[in-house]
Amino acid sequence: MIKKTAADLAALIASGEASAVEVAQAHLDRIAAVDGSVNAFLHVDEDIVLEQARAVDAKRAAGERLGPLAGVPIAHKDVFTTKDMPTTCSSAILDGWRPPYDATVTARLREAGLVILGKTNMDEFAMGSSTENSAYGPTHNPWDLTKIPGGSSGGSSAAVAAYEAPLATGTDTGGSIRQPAAVTGLVGMKPTYGGSSRYGLIAFASSLDTPGPLARTVLDAALLHEAFSGHDPMDSTSIDQPVPPVVEAARRADVEGLRIGVVKEFGGEGYQPGVLARFHEAVELLESLGAKVVEVSCPHFTYALPAYYLIAPSECSSNLARFDAMRYGLRVGDDGARSAEEVMALTRAEGFGPEVKRRIMLGTYALSSGYYDAYYGKAQQVRTLIGRDFDAAYTQVDVLVSPTTPTTAFPIGERADDPMAMYLADLCTIPSNLAGNAAISVPCGLADEDRMPVGLQIMAPVLADDRVYRVGAAVEKALEDRWGGPLLKEAPEL
Amino acid sequence: MSTETLVPYDEALARYEPVLGIETHIELGTNSKMFCGCPTVFGAPPNTQVCPVCLGLPGALPVTNRAAIEGIIKIGLALNCSIVEWCRFARKNYFYPDMPKNFQISQYDEPLCVEGHLDVEVDGQSYRVEIERVHMEEDTGKSLHVGGTTGRIHGADHSLVDYNRAGIPLVEIVTKPIPATGDKAPLVARAYATELRELVRALGVSDVRMEEGSMRCDVNVSLMPIGSATWGTRSETKNVNSLRSVERSVRHEIERQAAVLDAGERVVQETRHFQEDTGTTTSGRSKEEAQDYRYFPEPDLVPMSPSRDWVEELRASLPELPAARRGRVRGEWGVTEKELQDIVNAGALDLIEETVQAGAEAAAARKWWMNELSRRATAQGVELTALPVTPADVVRVSRLVAEGTINDKLARQVLDGVLAGEGTPDEVVERRGLKVVSDEGELATIIDEVIAGNPDVAEKIRSGKVAAAGALVGAVMKATRGQADAGRARELIINKLTG
Amino acid sequence: MSAITRDEVVHLARLSRLALREDELDHLATQLDDIISAVARVQEVAAENIPPTSHALPLTNVLRADQVRPGLTPEQALSGAPAAEEQRFKVPRILDEEA
Repeated sequence: MIKKTAADLAALIASGEASAVEVAQAHLDRIAAVDGSVNAFLHVDEDIVLEQARAVDAKRAAGERLGPLAGVPIAHKDVFTTKDMPTTCSSAILDGWRPPYDATVTARLREAGLVILGKTNMDEFAMGSSTENSAYGPTHNPWDLTKIPGGSSGGSSAAVAAYEAPLATGTDTGGSIRQPAAVTGLVGMKPTYGGSSRYGLIAFASSLDTPGPLARTVLDAALLHEAFSGHDPMDSTSIDQPVPPVVEAARRADVEGLRIGVVKEFGGEGYQPGVLARFHEAVELLESLGAKVVEVSCPHFTYALPAYYLIAPSECSSNLARFDAMRYGLRVGDDGARSAEEVMALTRAEGFGPEVKRRIMLGTYALSSGYYDAYYGKAQQVRTLIGRDFDAAYTQVDVLVSPTTPTTAFPIGERADDPMAMYLADLCTIPSNLAGNAAISVPCGLADEDRMPVGLQIMAPVLADDRVYRVGAAVEKALEDRWGGPLLKEAPEL
Repeated sequence: MSTETLVPYDEALARYEPVLGIETHIELGTNSKMFCGCPTVFGAPPNTQVCPVCLGLPGALPVTNRAAIEGIIKIGLALNCSIVEWCRFARKNYFYPDMPKNFQISQYDEPLCVEGHLDVEVDGQSYRVEIERVHMEEDTGKSLHVGGTTGRIHGADHSLVDYNRAGIPLVEIVTKPIPATGDKAPLVARAYATELRELVRALGVSDVRMEEGSMRCDVNVSLMPIGSATWGTRSETKNVNSLRSVERSVRHEIERQAAVLDAGERVVQETRHFQEDTGTTTSGRSKEEAQDYRYFPEPDLVPMSPSRDWVEELRASLPELPAARRGRVRGEWGVTEKELQDIVNAGALDLIEETVQAGAEAAAARKWWMNELSRRATAQGVELTALPVTPADVVRVSRLVAEGTINDKLARQVLDGVLAGEGTPDEVVERRGLKVVSDEGELATIIDEVIAGNPDVAEKIRSGKVAAAGALVGAVMKATRGQADAGRARELIINKLTG
Repeated sequence: MSAITRDEVVHLARLSRLALREDELDHLATQLDDIISAVARVQEVAAENIPPTSHALPLTNVLRADQVRPGLTPEQALSGAPAAEEQRFKVPRILDEEA
């Protein structure tokens, strides 16, 4: 049961061959069995899970029309507010906080009849690429428990890779869906910015944050994408247009006649040979499937990483100012004598982890008078240039491809106190965030060095989300034919 | 607080030239807040008008209120500003417990309205106040300081915060420096605030009640030696909340800064607070350590780009503005600027205008509203508009007088009756039996009785002291309970005794 | 030469309302110096006359109608408050009118 795809589970439930409660219980059992070693979940409340599942079964029994994912369990990243579960962003500063409202994504999961299993671990406030920056301990990669599951949506990727859930939500600010998907052998999609609502997503960097799906198949990702995306009047940056036809594209799964551009700047020094080998094979595969492959240069992409590490920290320094011990969350040092200012500073020093503090300090610096033009201002100009590189590339090709990450999953602890090394994990994923366009990561094999998963990144213009699903599904189909099944069957049993 | 030396006002002005600058915050009277759907009712119980957005809860996002943008554009147009073609909101970052997100959504280097002016008049002289910018922002919550003795922030043990006001749309109107007002500086400041209040009230976008804080002024004052071309260091007196205080705070700052400069010291650039009880300002936060607000474009809100069609539509919708209206009304009613000012101050302008439009003579309308009804409103401590009498009632009363059905004295009784809820003016006349005695025969009989009853006075009149007739007229009026036409009675008495 | 001095780091911590310990400040000063030196690469880009991008997409004029919508009850609003009194958020004493 737990190894079935979301699409299959939904079909079983819809036909009555399995009840939503049975499906939920199977996943709860799996969580109970393996999450002690994976640590994907921060919060699971069995009663609430089964209550949701019973509601779906009751609807079916009453003859109500169910959505295409009704009854399917899902792991929900702890960055989204949930009325019935705590929401912490893996931070001590929000320990035990119960939001009085649901995020739009949460509300849409509920409307679609998805059964929320619990909240998943993440890098604190989504800052990180390893899920080590969590106040509740690191999450472990199911492929190798000594390694990181990627981040910041590492709890979500680990949960799906460990069969604790068939689907998970994530958020992608600089690669936080695609990179964890890549290093755990999953499909992870960053929709077009504004294509999925940020209302109730606890902000890290507002102009970059994008909710998206993680799944074991391209079709499952597309089904989830469709379930929670679309215009939201509560989010001013939400696009008031229909969701691109992603499910149809995932079913179509062909690349015949498509022009595919290989980003010249992503590859070479600093890239793990096994990653490059799998990537090049995938490109050859695409060509053999009828795509026209060309090399495309995007000269400013090499400046994407520094620009991102100015823009994202700047926005985060402001977004995280609200965690001040006055209205919710942790309060430290209020002895009746200390001032509000002192209590704020003590609480924030204790409640935030090192990476969050680092980024708040960096962002405060980049925005402060005298430095704004040289740092934040310059980074915003680079952002323009990266957008222009994409525009120019898309006049020649329909999609761009690159490795999702330069390396496979690294050992837990290896880069924990080396921020610059950690930041490199997002090298290839950041440009799509800066330009706001659509990008997916699909598995393309295991690196020879460490037998760990490698991801292929496919990027497409704004609102051409369907295109990356179409290409991703074609790659998936061809590779599964070659492998004789999904990549994840290579993963060790937990 | 140290006692400060002051230089007498006239002396200060003999040596220094003041330069003013005024920043005014106006809360717009929208139904819902600037970025969320919470109501904006003044005086609601604490934290009953809040939601995830205005409480700054994690994950919540702002969405701009269209009516607020229309409101600020109307204010900008009324202040002769240009409405920019494209602008963004910005975050102003600083920590303060009454600000839920620890940043204020405001506008920084891209205000929505720029480069306007407002003309004000003081003692017959016109001053043009240049407007630098009008921008949109959100209000903060309100803190109640508990403990200590004064309820003030200093010495308090802790504070209690109510976020009902957080997120109410706030328009900030910033003047350019206002030079060359000389000894009229306090009056110009007051006249500007008054005119701005009238303007915004006429636009109908805010109730501009300074006592409730829906209009607040920050008043900047600096002095420079007369003849100097270099402006001095300014102080900023925050949250001045009455027109009178605007005037007094400027006056006090001139006297205080003159003393500082006379002593050879320099004026500290700082925030000051106006003390209503003493009419003085006291030092607040020093701005020596410049604030670093780390402004940057608000990523949660998309840029605003008001189309020219929309702006022109709003311009066409503007009502007649106060200055134009005053000019028209002065001409039509034949009143002086001073008289008009009294009418405005009494809140009678609309009422008189409606009364005139409904058919009354301007002079009569003014007389009844200003002399009679305004006095009664003041006596009862209510706004003139709150009296239970309508312009239509006043029209009827003035018509009854003009027709001779009643005289002025009876008209006052009619108004009393209307105010007492006895019905329309006609009903009051009927029920109280207030018609003038116009039956000449009846009046002649009464006059005969009065003459007979006052032989001494009658004799005086016969001997040519016509002025003495007043006593007999009074007696006639008394006998008729005021219902006689006094002029006609006097005529009849004199004819009878001298004719 | 370092990109950022320790004094600047102390100032940033104050601006950011972070009461950092001395050893944290030392450690951060080194790390921030490394990071700032690395991200300063954006200054190499020829960006004259290039407009800045603050938003990923070129949307404008997203406005909502001026309608009241139901919000939170005071109980919900105060449910996460570390301290509350008289239906208000109770906060430690505030030092000045404006921070």
